[in-house]
Amino acid sequence: MDIKFDMDIRQPIPSNGGSWLAQWGEGWKSQVARLQEKFGASIEEVRMPPDYPTDVPIIYVKKEAIAQVLEFAKNEAGFEYNFLSDITATDEEMEPRFEVVYNLFSHSKFWRIRFKVRVSEGAEVPTATGVWKGANWAEREVFDMFGVKFSGHPDLRRILMDARWVGHPLRKDYPLKGYQIFPSAEPIDPSFLR
Amino acid sequence: MPNDSKREIGSLSSNIEHGVMEHDTDDLWGDSRVLMNIGPTHPSMHGALRMVAQLNGETIEKSYCEFGYTHRAKEKLGENRTYHQFVVYTDRLNYCSALINNVAYAMAVEKLMGVELPPRAIWIRMMCAEIARIMDHLVCVGINAVDLGAFSFFLYGFHQREEGYSLIEELCGARLTTSYTRIGGLMHDAPEGWEKRCKAWVVKTRKVIDEMDELLTGNKIWCQRTIGVGVFSRQQCLDYSFSGPVARAAGIDLDLRRDQPCMFYKNVEFDVPIARNGDVFDRYMVRMEEIRQSLNIVSQCADKIQPGPIWAEDKRVRIPDKDVVHNTMEGMIHHFKFFMHGFDVPEGEAYTQFEAANGELGFYIVSKGSPRAHRMRIRGPSVWHFQGLDPMVKGSKIADAVAALGSINIIAGELDR
Amino acid sequence: MSKDGSATYLTTRLDDFVNWGRKNSMWPLPFGTSCCGIEMMATLASDYDMARFGAEAMRFSPRQSDLLIVAGIINTKMAPVLKTIYDQMSEPKWVMSFGACASSGGIFNVYSVTQGIDTVIPVDVYVPGCPPSPEGVIHALMRLQDSVQKGETYSQRREQNLKSAQLKLK
Repeated sequence: MDIKFDMDIRQPIPSNGGSWLAQWGEGWKSQVARLQEKFGASIEEVRMPPDYPTDVPIIYVKKEAIAQVLEFAKNEAGFEYNFLSDITATDEEMEPRFEVVYNLFSHSKFWRIRFKVRVSEGAEVPTATGVWKGANWAEREVFDMFGVKFSGHPDLRRILMDARWVGHPLRKDYPLKGYQIFPSAEPIDPSFLR
Repeated sequence: MPNDSKREIGSLSSNIEHGVMEHDTDDLWGDSRVLMNIGPTHPSMHGALRMVAQLNGETIEKSYCEFGYTHRAKEKLGENRTYHQFVVYTDRLNYCSALINNVAYAMAVEKLMGVELPPRAIWIRMMCAEIARIMDHLVCVGINAVDLGAFSFFLYGFHQREEGYSLIEELCGARLTTSYTRIGGLMHDAPEGWEKRCKAWVVKTRKVIDEMDELLTGNKIWCQRTIGVGVFSRQQCLDYSFSGPVARAAGIDLDLRRDQPCMFYKNVEFDVPIARNGDVFDRYMVRMEEIRQSLNIVSQCADKIQPGPIWAEDKRVRIPDKDVVHNTMEGMIHHFKFFMHGFDVPEGEAYTQFEAANGELGFYIVSKGSPRAHRMRIRGPSVWHFQGLDPMVKGSKIADAVAALGSINIIAGELDR
Repeated sequence: MSKDGSATYLTTRLDDFVNWGRKNSMWPLPFGTSCCGIEMMATLASDYDMARFGAEAMRFSPRQSDLLIVAGIINTKMAPVLKTIYDQMSEPKWVMSFGACASSGGIFNVYSVTQGIDTVIPVDVYVPGCPPSPEGVIHALMRLQDSVQKGETYSQRREQNLKSAQLKLK
């Protein structure tokens, strides 16, 4: 019987990501070049798939420029990322603390890309609701779960947790069992009506 | 109570004196607007949702929706459980089609680890996903019909769904929360003759679907309640990131099974139904047609499936065989380490998408090389669909809002996670 | 009535008679929040058919129902709502805690989940399972009918205690 305990876990991502790389690798490279040309210093860092273990390129954007970059990626020919798959964040437990992640998808070319914004605690990220109206609730959820604020957001308040909740549950320092009990249900508020 | 109307009572009475009613007939009094709270436990709210609407007569003028009443912190649990333990939590996302979530989650971790599956496992997964899709659509159209008063349609659908459950019970012993996939394989092989029984079920279900179609599609009441109700245009669907049958009903020709094929979807033939108007009726029709296409896929899979192994040849993820565990020391240690410590997933991140019954289901997993994920993000389509409900029902009657809500198939488990 | 159809008498205690009526005409309020709600619907639908036990008249208004079926997760945002609904129901009322999440929090021992609805309202019968199969629900319903007949449920015991306290006062 052959059982190995000390296995080499550091393998690159083959399978699905590999085929995407063969399909769109060149396209991604030209897109990154065009982004760097257009936005210059606003593109902080680029992580391309074969060198970094990821399925699609990760482009770190300075937080001031993210709305323009998203707008550009949505409308520019050759990009056409017209579908916002997801907005989320991660807690990196170092400075800058949070990374806001934008996963985009193209309905015409079927490729994907990922933009990230590094943001420290208390800083604000420009909202993407001007680019996609649907970004509204996703950004509210990021605010609710991580406490990252979005400047220019039309309706930034808690979404999953009760309005009286203290803290942000998906931060790494929030305990898994940090219960908070409320005696009454959340009241309705006519000022939220849109 | 908000009072937007500028009209004063004096002007109203002067209108009546002249015998002319110049104002909106619904708005008899300036302050007739009512704030109405629907939910979180309203019968027409699927799961625990809440909608607060400002009504003018019966027309919704403004509204806002709230959710979070079934929030179960699955994303936080994803950071606190090993990858293997998290399989059970994926069942509780979209519980109408738990198998799809299982398959998508297993695919996500396999993509991160670079595990290749043997063909039989992939075929079984495909069949599971399609059976689950059929059931989800049956629930959706059935309950949408119940909301509009067509109860017998629901009973037809639910009977066939029970038959489908017996197929799933044969696979894994559970009905709803299946936990059938494992990372790098499956819980069990399908029992002997399962494919044949699936094919028999397909034949039966086709008949039932035709019957259901006859029962409802031409029905005058149903048509009047659904055609032109809850319209969401193509552009709005793009703005609000709609996906799946709801987007296809508005004319977005996109199906991730066809356009970003995973598993063996390239090797089966199926059509992607689309409609143009984006109303409740079109969503119903798209779902009914998708059931037929999924039935086709199930029978094609049942033809193509071959006996063979169901586990990937990868020692990292493979659960040790029970006879090895019970009879050898090394096997015992391996088993203990596997379940107590979990397996390490290499550092990296990936967003894995799958065409779930409601739309694009995505798992965005960030790993830092430990047996627990650094970030487990679940992109449930229901969140994005529910967000579109406010603009969708603005200006329509409150009964139409119920129809619209039923047609976008909000599943609370996926919505709140 | 006897076998030949002529009128005869059946003697019983009034309490037993009332309880017999109660147990065979329960009007449930389905409080389905998540996965268990789907299984509850399956119990109501064609194959399992809860109508056989006199409990098919679903009432979505708490004031018209006497059996509260809590099917699914109750989290801290929902718990005050559940308490309100329970308070609105008229006596005597029974509560069925349907599934692991409602009974104990189940696999979700996390910040947002109430660890069992019995921390909020009194429960008469628990149904294990995640989610319970429809057979389990029917079994629980029959057990609840038994205890209603015997007058052992929380609501009936409370009623009895109140009565005896009033008698003592007199």
